Amino acid sequence: MLNVGDILETINMIEHEHLDIRTVTMGISLLDCIDSDIDAACRKVYDKITRYAKDLVPVCEGIEKELGIPIINKRISVTPIAMLASACQTSNIVKFAHTLEKAAREVGVNFIGGYSALVQKGFASGDYALIESIPQALAETEHVCSSVNIGSTKAGLNMDAVAKMGKVIKQAAQLTADNNCIGAAKLVVFCNAPEDNPFMAGAFHGVGEPDCVINVGVSGPGVVRAALAKSEGLDISGVADLVKRTAFKITRMGQLVAQLASKRLYVPFGIVDLSLAPTPAIGDSVAHILEEMGLESCGACGTTACLALLNDAVKKGGVMASSHVGGLSGAFIPVSEDAGMIDAAKSGCLTIEKLEAMTAVCSVGLDMIVIPGDTPDAVISGIIADEAAIGMVNFKTTAVRLIPAIGKTVGDELNFGGLLGAGPVMRVNTASPEKFISRGGRLPAPMQSLKN
Amino acid sequence: MRAVITVIGKDVVGILAKVSTACAECNVNVMEVTQSVLQDMFAMIMMSDVSDCNIPFSEFSDKMKKLGEDMGLSIHVMHEDIFNSMHRI
Repeated sequence: MLNVGDILETINMIEHEHLDIRTVTMGISLLDCIDSDIDAACRKVYDKITRYAKDLVPVCEGIEKELGIPIINKRISVTPIAMLASACQTSNIVKFAHTLEKAAREVGVNFIGGYSALVQKGFASGDYALIESIPQALAETEHVCSSVNIGSTKAGLNMDAVAKMGKVIKQAAQLTADNNCIGAAKLVVFCNAPEDNPFMAGAFHGVGEPDCVINVGVSGPGVVRAALAKSEGLDISGVADLVKRTAFKITRMGQLVAQLASKRLYVPFGIVDLSLAPTPAIGDSVAHILEEMGLESCGACGTTACLALLNDAVKKGGVMASSHVGGLSGAFIPVSEDAGMIDAAKSGCLTIEKLEAMTAVCSVGLDMIVIPGDTPDAVISGIIADEAAIGMVNFKTTAVRLIPAIGKTVGDELNFGGLLGAGPVMRVNTASPEKFISRGGRLPAPMQSLKN
Repeated sequence: MRAVITVIGKDVVGILAKVSTACAECNVNVMEVTQSVLQDMFAMIMMSDVSDCNIPFSEFSDKMKKLGEDMGLSIHVMHEDIFNSMHRI
């Protein structure tokens, strides 16, 4: 017989501490849909996605019911569309976005990611046209997410792409200015993008992946915070140990769901992404975990150290709980999606500079940060370059998802609703990096890249 | 398949009778029952075999949830694997 305390602990985690599976993401390769005729390619893309993913939502709902654990999102990631676009003799790439949108609606998923380009070393044919079309694609679709990888430890940083993405982010916000600038919230700029990430907006199905795969992203900041709250007087080793034990339990959930989904969909299991992904709900905040460790507010001196401990302990605990760990795996720090981060940003305790330092030790980067709508393009590019440099030198994934709030300034707020939450407009240092950004070219890969 | 039925709430007369009757109506065999009182809260855990259940599992789960709501209790029906995977290595 199972232990009564264990059973009640699990139920309490789900009922009161927001334990859930954040996403079951089906990765689908579209390499066999490439066609020089864009209409033919779109037809093949639609057919393949709707054929492979037709049971994704019902199967996940069945698992939810059976195990009693909520699966918040069902998503699809596809081969970076720039690879399909490269074969097409047309500039009207945005047709692909409409096709993805239509397929997503047909199968009932919450998001579809992969309107993407990988340009860390330069633009291949198709890449530039796709990047140009991103603002329009995100404005005209609801479920499609886009990402661009502009750098890697191996390749260095593509500074032409960095300059371009500053403009693209601004345009994406401008085209959706009447809808909380939501376009920019569905666009992420990566350095060292993982190919098996199940989380949006950055999910895409890498070229090294199999034809179809199931990746699962877990959640559970509320569980970690509650465990810490119940354990007074631990020294910092004890805190790390407690986080590890909790992360293990959370990840086991993800592993179980991934195995079941993989078996029932007849699709191989890829990875579990053992991330602590917050939601705007009270009690589901990564910032509150850091505060539980003993900070007055997230953003205080000591925040980076606490986050480093958290990020590391989550991985150590989770890695044994799953047969394959991948994706981003660590602690996310999206500002608008985290009640504690929102409060800290509003009070002025959490600044973009502090967030940048935190991204050196967290799993991703500057995420869901609302900035003034009049921030110059070059400044946005400068932020991307700084963030990508941290990723490049430290051999880690970093990302930038900034939302320029068109027509708004510091003190105002954008409200996206749902999982994306609401965020205050944060102050940005606007001293101009224009000359540096306009130089273009490639920032050379660091010594760390020469490992062979 | 084996499912764990948990009943949590304020102790009232007839909880065990009502829950086990509902199980019997659905042809669910109750294999083991443990109950305890935690801070005035009644907690009962029933290990049950639902392989011969005469309605789909999701319907059974909803039915038990509804029964719980009617009695002012919280009833969950969950596959035993979720507990095994979380608490056993």
